[in-house]
Amino acid sequence: MSGVRGVQPDALDGFRDVQRLAYACAEAVAAQLRPGMTERDAARAMREWAVERGVRDWFHLPFAWFGDRTAFVGFKIPTQFFPTHRRLEAGMPFILDLAPIHRGFTADIGYSGCLGPNPVHDRLLADLRDHRDLILREVRERRSLQRIYEDVDRLMARQGYTNRHRAYPFGVIAHKVDRVKEHRWSPHIAGFGTQSLRGLAKDALHGHREGWSPLWSPYRMSDHPPQPGLWAVEPHLGFRGTGAKFEEILVVTEDDAFWLDDELPHVKRWQETDKGAAA
Amino acid sequence: MNGNGEARERWVRSGDVELCVAEYGMEGKEEDARRPTVVLVHGYPDSKEVWSSVAERLADRFHVVLYDVRGHGRSSAPRPLRGGFRLEKLTDDFLAVADAVSPDRPVHLVGHDWGSVQGWEFATAKRTEGRIVSFTSVSGPSLDHFGHWIKHRMRHPTPRRVAQLLGQGARSWYVYALHTPVLPELAWRGALGRQWPRMLARVEKLPPGEYPTPSLPQDAAHGAWLYRDNVRERLAHPRADAYAHAPVQLITPSGDPFLSERLYDDLDRWAPGLRRRTVPAKHWLPRTRPGQLAEWITEFVTATEDAGGGTTSPAKGLTGDCGPFAERFGGQLVLVTGAGSGIGRATAFAFAEAGARIVAVDRDAETASRTAELARLLGAPGAWAETVDVSDEQAMEKLAEKVRTEHGVVDVLVNNAGIGLSGTFLDTSPEEWRRVLDVNLWGVIHGCRLFARQMVDRGQGGHIVNTASAAAYLPSRALPAYSTSKAAVLMLSECLRAELAEHGIGVTAVCPGFVNTNITATARFAGVTEKEQERLRSKSSRLYRIRNYPPEKVAGALLHGVLRNAAVVPVTPEARGARLLARLSPRALRAMARLDPPL
Repeated sequence: MSGVRGVQPDALDGFRDVQRLAYACAEAVAAQLRPGMTERDAARAMREWAVERGVRDWFHLPFAWFGDRTAFVGFKIPTQFFPTHRRLEAGMPFILDLAPIHRGFTADIGYSGCLGPNPVHDRLLADLRDHRDLILREVRERRSLQRIYEDVDRLMARQGYTNRHRAYPFGVIAHKVDRVKEHRWSPHIAGFGTQSLRGLAKDALHGHREGWSPLWSPYRMSDHPPQPGLWAVEPHLGFRGTGAKFEEILVVTEDDAFWLDDELPHVKRWQETDKGAAA
Repeated sequence: MNGNGEARERWVRSGDVELCVAEYGMEGKEEDARRPTVVLVHGYPDSKEVWSSVAERLADRFHVVLYDVRGHGRSSAPRPLRGGFRLEKLTDDFLAVADAVSPDRPVHLVGHDWGSVQGWEFATAKRTEGRIVSFTSVSGPSLDHFGHWIKHRMRHPTPRRVAQLLGQGARSWYVYALHTPVLPELAWRGALGRQWPRMLARVEKLPPGEYPTPSLPQDAAHGAWLYRDNVRERLAHPRADAYAHAPVQLITPSGDPFLSERLYDDLDRWAPGLRRRTVPAKHWLPRTRPGQLAEWITEFVTATEDAGGGTTSPAKGLTGDCGPFAERFGGQLVLVTGAGSGIGRATAFAFAEAGARIVAVDRDAETASRTAELARLLGAPGAWAETVDVSDEQAMEKLAEKVRTEHGVVDVLVNNAGIGLSGTFLDTSPEEWRRVLDVNLWGVIHGCRLFARQMVDRGQGGHIVNTASAAAYLPSRALPAYSTSKAAVLMLSECLRAELAEHGIGVTAVCPGFVNTNITATARFAGVTEKEQERLRSKSSRLYRIRNYPPEKVAGALLHGVLRNAAVVPVTPEARGARLLARLSPRALRAMARLDPPL
C-alpha cells in the first residue's frame, strides 16, 4: 500500500472503520423503516444513531430519498435533495446516504433498499455490480476519469438505465474524501461540513495548478488519469421512478487501485446470489 | 370457435313477459358447469344479436348468456307499454334470467348503452346484492349518477361545468325527441326504421353482417318507453345510495357522439376501485371492437374470479392506479422497432408501464432481449424480443407472420428504427444513400405495409407511429441524406393517415430534435477518414449529451400523441421552434441551412 499520497497505510483502517460504521448506521435505520415514515424521520434517525456512536462532524448530513425521489424524478434545484415529508409505502425503494466523520476519518456511503418486494429494484441492485467491476478495472488501467465516466454512461445505456449521478452537484460520479481535523465546533453549510468543504477547496486549488480535480465529473476538468488518494464512488442508476446506488471508498495509488472494503451489504448480497446460483 | 359458436335458446318467464335467452359455451360437459357465467345486456335500439361477435369470442372460456330485453327481439312486450319498462321491472327480468341460467352462483354482468344503464341499476340495487360478481359498463351511465352529475353542476356552476352541461345537453337531443308521443314510433316503423341500418353502417363504420336484425322497428318503437318510463323521474330524483356492490370496469369510447367522457368524472365516488378503459371508437363497440371488448371482459372476469369474487372492496390487481395511458393501452399489443436503445427502448418501457404487451424488435439480439426483460419487470403482461433488420423485406414479412400467429394483430406499431448519416451531398456515396434509405425509409414502408394490412383485415382499428425527425422539415447542408429519408417518412405518415382513417387506424409522425441517444455514436459521417469519423462521433455525442434531452420524454410525447391521435408530434423545443419557423419564415430556415454545424 505504498504511495497512497496523503494517506498513511495504517490510516486505511481508520477509513475502513468509519465506512463500516456508516453502513451499520444505514442498515440499522433501514431495518426500522415502516410505512408512513418520512424522509426526515429517516435522516434524523441516522443522525442520532451516528451521534450516539461518537460522530461529531459530517462531510454531509444524512440524506434519505423515498419512492421516485430515488431516481431524482423532477429534480430541478439542489434543495430538492434534502429530506422531505414524503412518506414511505409498501414496495417503495429508498436510498440512505450519509457521510460521517469519525476520529478525523471521512466516509461517504449510499445504501439502497426497498420496503417489501420490488423486482425492478432487485434488478437495478444486481446490475450495479457490473459498474463496480468496470470502474475498478478501468481505474487500474489508468484511463482518463472522463473516459471512465463515459464508459459507465455507455454501460448504463446498454443496460437500459439512465445516469442519475449526473443530477448531483457538478454531475459527479465520485469525489475525493480525506482526513479532517477534529474541531470542537464543526458547523455545516447547506448540509455540508465546513471542514470537509475546506479540504475539497484546497484540493481543487492544488488540482487546478497540477491539472486534476477532486470532483470526478463528465467535464474536461476530469480528463486526467486517476489521482492517488481516496475516492468516494457513487454510480447511481435510474429506471423510470426507481433509483439505486452504492457509494464506497476506492483507494487509488500511484500504480494500482482497490476497493477499500468488500465487507459491505451490497457486495455481500452479490456474493450470496453467486452462492445461491452455484448451489 | 371450437363448436361453442352455436347458441342454445330458451325462454324464461318474468312476471307477465317471456324473455328469449341465448346461451353460448355450454355443451353439457362436466367442466362447463364450473365456468363463470357472463350475462351480456343489449341497448337501444338493439336486440341481443348486437353482442353476437363478442359472445362467440367469450364462449371459449365462459358460459355466455344473452337475452332480449322485454319488448325487444323475440321477448314479449308488457301490456300496457307505459310503466312496463321501469327499471324495477327490468331488474325483475335480470334476476329471473340469472336464476334460470346460474341458480347457484352469482354472474358477471356486461351492459352496452341501455344495457349498461340497466346494469348500473342492477349493480347498485339492494335486492341484487350477491347475484353479481362484476360489472362491465360500456357507454351507458347510471341514471342516478347522471342525475347527481347534473345537479352538482347546476348548483355549483363554473364556466367549465356549464360547458360540460351544455355539451352533454346537446349530445342528448335524441332523448328529448323520444319523449314526444307517437311520433318516434311512427318514424321507426316508417322511413327511419328502413334507413337505420344503412345510416348506422355509414356513421359507425360497422362491419357487414346480420345486424341490425329485422325486428329493429319494433324494438325501437317499444324501447322508446325505456326513456319515457325512467329518464325524467330518475334525473329529477336520483337515488342517494347508488353505490356499486360489485367491482366495476368502465369502458369509454372516446368518440361517442351521444355520451360525453366527462359524465364519468365523479364515478370513483360511486364505484370504489373503478377500473377505467378507453378506446378510440364511436358508440357501437360490441360491433366495431368485439375483439378488444372480449379481451377486457375476459381479463376483468378472470381477475375478479381469482380475487375470490363477490367482494365489495376492490381486490388487488383489479384496480389500476391507471392514468390515461394505462386506461388506453392496458393489454394492447405494441410492436416497437429499434427497441434496443434510445427512443425505441424508452417507448417500449413507457408502453410496458401502461400495461401493454410488448414486441421489442432490434437488429441487436442482446439489447432487444434486455428491453423485453425490463419491460416485463415494469409490468407488461408479456414482452418478447425479436431480432430483425427492418430493411430486410423477407425478414420483416416473417416477423409480421410470426407476431400474428403467436401474439395476434398488433394494436400499436412504432416504426422507430433508424440510423444517422451526416456529410454533404457531394461527399455521400450511393452506397451510403442506399443504406440510410433502406433503414430509415424502407424499414418504415415494410412495417406499415405488413402491419397496416393486418390491422385493416382485422377491422378493429389500431395505430401506427413513425419516428421521423425535426430534420424532416429542417433543411441542412450537413444532413442531406438523413433529412431526405425522414422527410419521406413524414410525408408517408401523412398520406397513410389519410388512407387509413376510414379503417379507424390513426397514424402519427414523431419529430424529435436533438435527443441524447446512441444514434450519434453509431452515425456515419460521409467523406472523412476513420480517425476523423471517431472524432466526429465522440464530439457529436458529447454535444448531444450536453443538450441532454432524455429519450423518456420523447416516449411520453409519443404515447400522448397516440392518445389524441395527433398527426405530427414535434418533440424538444428546437423541433417545435423549427416547425413554427418553417411555416412563418422558411427563408430564415434556408439561411440557417447554409451554416456549418459546430463539429
